[in-house]
Amino acid sequence: MAEPAKPYGLLAEFETPADAMHAAERVRDAGFRRWDVFTPYPVHGMDKAMGLKNSVVGWFSFLGGVAGYTSGMLLIWWMNHYDYAIPVGGKPLFSPFSAFPPSYELTILFGAFGALFGMLFLNRLPRLHHPLLKHRRFALASHDRFFLVIETNDPKYRDTETRQLLESAGSRRIEMVED
Amino acid sequence: MGATAKLEVPCPVPPPELERVPLVANTRSLGWISDAVAGVAEGKTPKWWWPAFLISLVMMCLCFAMITYLMSTGVGVWGLGHPVMWGWAIVNFVWWIGIGHAGTLISAILFLLRQRWRTGVNRAAEAMTIFAVMCAGIFPVIHVGRIWLAWWLFPIPNANSIWPQFRSPLMWDVFAVSTYFTVSVLFWYMGLIPDLAVMRDRARTRLRKFGYGLFALGWTGSNRHWSHYEKAYLILAGLSTPLVLSVHSIVSLDFAVSQLPGWHTTIFPPYFVAGAIFSGFGMVLTLLIPIRKLCGLEDLITMRHVDLMCKVTLATGSIVGYAYAMEVFIAWYSGNPYERYAFWNRAFGPYWWSYWIMIACNVVIPQLFWFKKVRHHLVVVWIISILVNIGMWFERFVIVVTTLAREFLPANWGYYTPTWVDICTYLGTFGLFFTFFLLFLRFLPIIAIAEVKGVTPQADPHHPLGGAKKGGH
Repeated sequence: MAEPAKPYGLLAEFETPADAMHAAERVRDAGFRRWDVFTPYPVHGMDKAMGLKNSVVGWFSFLGGVAGYTSGMLLIWWMNHYDYAIPVGGKPLFSPFSAFPPSYELTILFGAFGALFGMLFLNRLPRLHHPLLKHRRFALASHDRFFLVIETNDPKYRDTETRQLLESAGSRRIEMVED
Repeated sequence: MGATAKLEVPCPVPPPELERVPLVANTRSLGWISDAVAGVAEGKTPKWWWPAFLISLVMMCLCFAMITYLMSTGVGVWGLGHPVMWGWAIVNFVWWIGIGHAGTLISAILFLLRQRWRTGVNRAAEAMTIFAVMCAGIFPVIHVGRIWLAWWLFPIPNANSIWPQFRSPLMWDVFAVSTYFTVSVLFWYMGLIPDLAVMRDRARTRLRKFGYGLFALGWTGSNRHWSHYEKAYLILAGLSTPLVLSVHSIVSLDFAVSQLPGWHTTIFPPYFVAGAIFSGFGMVLTLLIPIRKLCGLEDLITMRHVDLMCKVTLATGSIVGYAYAMEVFIAWYSGNPYERYAFWNRAFGPYWWSYWIMIACNVVIPQLFWFKKVRHHLVVVWIISILVNIGMWFERFVIVVTTLAREFLPANWGYYTPTWVDICTYLGTFGLFFTFFLLFLRFLPIIAIAEVKGVTPQADPHHPLGGAKKGGH
C-alpha cells in the first residue's frame, strides 16, 4: 500500500502540431529510444520527425490474402472435385474460373482481417490499462493538444537534462507521470 | 551568375474567387470539432428523435411479423408464381445492397483518390452501408422458401454429405455479400477506434467511460500507433475498392450468367456498379441533408460537400443513362429477335410504366444537377435524391420482372403483382434500417472526428495556423 509510485515518464504539452513536431525532431536527434508523441489525429510528417520506419502491417495483410485465396481454391477443389464430385455435362470437375469469385472474396476477407489484427498486434492493443490514461490532462490528447512523453526507463533519461531539453523545445507545461 | 544564386520563383497569391472553399466552415478549432460531433451523442435526446425512433421500431416489428407469417405459411403469401419466381424479394435485395455501395465508395475509393472532403461524410455513409447490407441480406435468405435450410448455402457439412455447387453465381453471391458485410464492419470499426477514444476521454458517467473505453481498445493517440493505423487503413481502403466493385459485379452475374434475354449481357457488371453508386449517393444525400440540420453540423457537412455529392450523382446517373442506351442499341444490333423483343417489351409492354419511371428518375431528373442553383438548393437536392432512390428501385424491378414475365415461349407469359405481404416486408426493412441508423446517431460519433481534424489548416504543421513559422517549418 505504502509503496511509493514509480515514475513512468516526463509528459510535455504542446499547443500546435508544429511545436510538437520540432520537439520530436530534437528528441529524435538526441538519441532517445523509449519515447512517443500523442496527437488527436495523425500529424503529417510526424513519422519522419520521430524517425519511424515504414509500418510492416502490409505483410500481415499480404499473408492473410494469400491464405484466403489458397484456402478458397482448395476448399472448392476438395468439395466439388474430391469429396462430392458433381459431374455436369462432361466438363472438368474443377474449374478455376468458377472457383475464382469466391476465392477472390476470401482473399479480401482474410487480407482485411490481416490488416486490422496486424495493426492491433503491432500496437499491442487492446490494452486495458496505460499509465498515461490515468493522467488528468492527458485526456486532451484526443481533443486538441499534443503531448510528448519520454519514459524514465530510456537509457538516455536524466531527470534534469531531459526536462531542460523539453523546456528548450518550447513546452510550457512539463509534468512527471506516475506508473 | 553563380550556381548558388537563389531563383525567385514567382508565386502570386491566387485571387479569392479561385481559392477552395474550406472543408470545415468558419475556421473552427480542433476542440470545437470534438465538441460538435461528440455533443450529438452526449447531449439530451432531441425531441424529434423519439417519434422517429418509435415509428422505425414499429416498422421493424412489421418486418419481423411479415417474415414470421412467410415462414409459417410459405412463399405463397408473396405474389410469386409461374413464370415470375423472382419478385420483390430480389428487387429489394439488389436495391438495398446497391445503396450500401456509396458508403464504401466514399470511404475507400475517395480515400485512395485523396478526396479530402470524404472525411465529413464517410462515417455516416459507412454506417448506412452496414445497415443497408443487413436489410439486403434478409431477402435472399427468406426467399429460399424453406428458410430453415438456408444454411445449406454455406459450406458447412450436412447430414446428406453434399457440398454446395460453386459453379453457381448464387454461391458467389453468398461469399461476396458476406465478405462485403464483414469487411465493411471492420473498416467502419477501425475508423471508429480513435473516435471512441475521444468519447471515452470526454465521458462523464462510469457506464459511458467503461463502454466507450472497452471498444476504444486502450487507444492513446500515440504516433507509433498512428503510423501502423494509417498503413492498415490504407490497406483496408485498397482491399475495399476491388471488393465493392466485385460485389455488385457478382450480383449482376446472378442475372448475366443465365441465358434469358435482357439478362444475358456483358455490360451488366459495370452498369450495375455505376447504378449502385448512383443509388447510394442518392441515399447519402437523403440521410445527410436532414441530419446536418437537425444535429447542427452545417460547418462540418458544408454546402461544398452537398455540391460534390450532387456531382457524383450526376456523373454516375449519366453512366447509367449511357448503359440503358447501350443495352437498347446492342439488343437492336445483335439481330436476336428475343433480345429485341425483351427491350421492346420493357418500354412498351405491360410494364411500360415502370420503365418510364426508371428513365425519368435515373436519366432525366439528375441532369438538373448540371445547374449550380439546383445543387445549392437543399430542398430540391433532397427531393431529387429521393427520386433517384425510387428510380433505382424501378430499375431493378424492370430488370427482374419484365424479363421473367415474358421470356421465350408466349405460352409461358404471365403478369406479376405483389401482395400486401411483399409491400409490408419491404416497408418493414426501412424500419430496420432507420432503427439502427437512429441508434447510431445517438450513441456513436457520426462524423469521423480525428479525420476531420486532420484536414483543417490548423492541423497542418506546415501551415501558419498549425504553428509553422514564416519561411519553412
